[in-house]
Amino acid sequence: MNQVNINVHIDLTRIEGHGHVVMRASDGKIEELLWEVVESPRFFEAMLRGRHYDDVAHIASRICGICSIAHTTCSLQATEAAFGIQPSEQTLLLRKLLYDAELLESHVLHALFLAAPDFLGADSVFPLVATHKDVVVMALRLKKLAYNLAEALAGRKTHPLSCTVGGFARLPDPADLKVLKKKLKDALVDLDTTVKLFKTLSIPDFTRETEYIALKDPKEYAFISGQIASTDAGIVPVDKYLEVTNEFCVPHSTAKYTRNKRDSYMVGALARFNNNYDQLSPRAKKAAKELGLSAPCHNPFMITVAQVVETIHALEDSINLIDKILARGLKEENNAVKVRAGRGIGAVEAPRGILFHDYTYDANGILTKANCIIPTNQNHNNIQKDLEALAPRVLNQPEDKIRLTLEMLVRAYDPCVSCSTH
Amino acid sequence: MKPKVAFFDFTGCEGCQLDALNLDAGEVIDLLNAVDIVNFREVKTERADDYDIAFIEGSISRESEIPRLQKIRAQAKIVIALGACAGIGGINCLKNHLSMDEARQIVYGKDAKYYDTIPARPVNAVVTVDYYVRGCPPVTAELVKVIKALLLGKKPDIPNYPVCVECKMAGNVCVFERGMTCLGPVIRAGCDAICVTSGRRCWGCRGLVNDPNLDSEKDILKKYGLTVEQVVEKFKIYNTYAEVTK
Repeated sequence: MNQVNINVHIDLTRIEGHGHVVMRASDGKIEELLWEVVESPRFFEAMLRGRHYDDVAHIASRICGICSIAHTTCSLQATEAAFGIQPSEQTLLLRKLLYDAELLESHVLHALFLAAPDFLGADSVFPLVATHKDVVVMALRLKKLAYNLAEALAGRKTHPLSCTVGGFARLPDPADLKVLKKKLKDALVDLDTTVKLFKTLSIPDFTRETEYIALKDPKEYAFISGQIASTDAGIVPVDKYLEVTNEFCVPHSTAKYTRNKRDSYMVGALARFNNNYDQLSPRAKKAAKELGLSAPCHNPFMITVAQVVETIHALEDSINLIDKILARGLKEENNAVKVRAGRGIGAVEAPRGILFHDYTYDANGILTKANCIIPTNQNHNNIQKDLEALAPRVLNQPEDKIRLTLEMLVRAYDPCVSCSTH
Repeated sequence: MKPKVAFFDFTGCEGCQLDALNLDAGEVIDLLNAVDIVNFREVKTERADDYDIAFIEGSISRESEIPRLQKIRAQAKIVIALGACAGIGGINCLKNHLSMDEARQIVYGKDAKYYDTIPARPVNAVVTVDYYVRGCPPVTAELVKVIKALLLGKKPDIPNYPVCVECKMAGNVCVFERGMTCLGPVIRAGCDAICVTSGRRCWGCRGLVNDPNLDSEKDILKKYGLTVEQVVEKFKIYNTYAEVTK
């Protein structure tokens, strides 16, 4: 039976940052439905102006406490592109390994700490300590392993230190990498357990096709390289990113919205999966099959499942990268930077999707202009459109069920709201 | 009765809250046995307005954040500023070098009118702060140390000597010797000089020691041919608020 009037105001929890879902319906008709992004802006594009290149990545990292490695890497890429610096193969291998650490930590945090409680009937991970202790202990173990890997490479995971313009200010100890490799191999079992757990969860059945955008690299499942790929528009070079993102402001969101070929587009784990499925590791593909995820998938609730699949890929990739790095041997390199005036664009796949940093420098290496386009700020418009498609289907349900379903949809995107507003 | 602990975030990246979860499983279980976490929006849905200890993350950058913070202060017995944004204003205060209209214009262009902002400030510019967990991000071990001390009814023991002390103990080559500027001589230790150990320099995220020896810092600058202006540019990154209000 339809309720006569429904007024829902959800202050979203278990997401990074502040957002509300506001819905008003009467007589089975939705009169208002908004995804409001109320996060306090920090004005990074303004704060970066006038800063010396060597401080820029340090500041830009603070855009996000969860994906600071993605922001640091993207920032370094933009600065290197502006100065015409091509990082060495060793630097790229270490950056990729560092990147896997962040992806592992971020996806585990979302899948097991933030999203899983919805499916297990808990309000947070804390009561799960009593009911699902093994899962919590496993999730903490995986998170800690990712932290330790990042620590070995960059001093720490949140706001990494050793990665600089042109290379690494301090190289990891090969002995640490050997120990980590063993631990990563052992962790494959934990991911099997995670897949088993996700097989038992019932993921809401809802599809709405949209445009899926991710980096694409012919050589590998792209995280820090490649061009922009869209399921609607094909390949677009990174330096034409503004033609894809088309940012615009809406008064109810401190984060900007974007759109490309349709009303909205999606970035993140599912967008990567849809664009780059073929390049996933065999073990990740097997997990996808077991979890009922196949490309293309148009169900946003499956983003979390795509994250589980990517976690397996990243774990295997990190083991292979350590082998490669140890076989080559680590060498001190000359990271001297020659500054020049110019503009450079960085593009990476942050855990939540494609990220752009675009910097202009003067001849003294002082930043004069910055533009950062964040994964979640590209997803906000798609979250809105998904809510509009999903809400009418659940209107005849009790109010607490409506609230939970809408909340779970937003949460599936793993939104990084403060990052999106920056 | 276990003390009730609440986490609140204002303007920031939420990295401090996230790192608070960077504990071993055993530590998490011990912590949950010792305190009730009643408010932690980033990881928990249910929330309560009854709490004893409030951790505040982020700086204060919007008018609407001031009454929200005052309400938390009125409720909590103990208020702890968590991280650099809450403790010293942090990098958010870099925007204070511009007029708020300029900052809004740079980011939002013709739509600037929709978005309110005020110069960023630390928590203690609005309400009294009882304790600080410093750093960007804070060191998780220090956070645990502070919580343990409070549970025992003791005052947390946080160093009031400069980063240089820990940096020397870590066996690092002095950053000035490597031809770069460093804020280590005047910034509060407790981080084990992690930035220098990782090949970089001190950016000052833990704020000044109580009585910084500025003459000694000037002597160091002179010795290495650096100017005060060069160091102030670096100092601004985390400590703009201290610099502007002095």
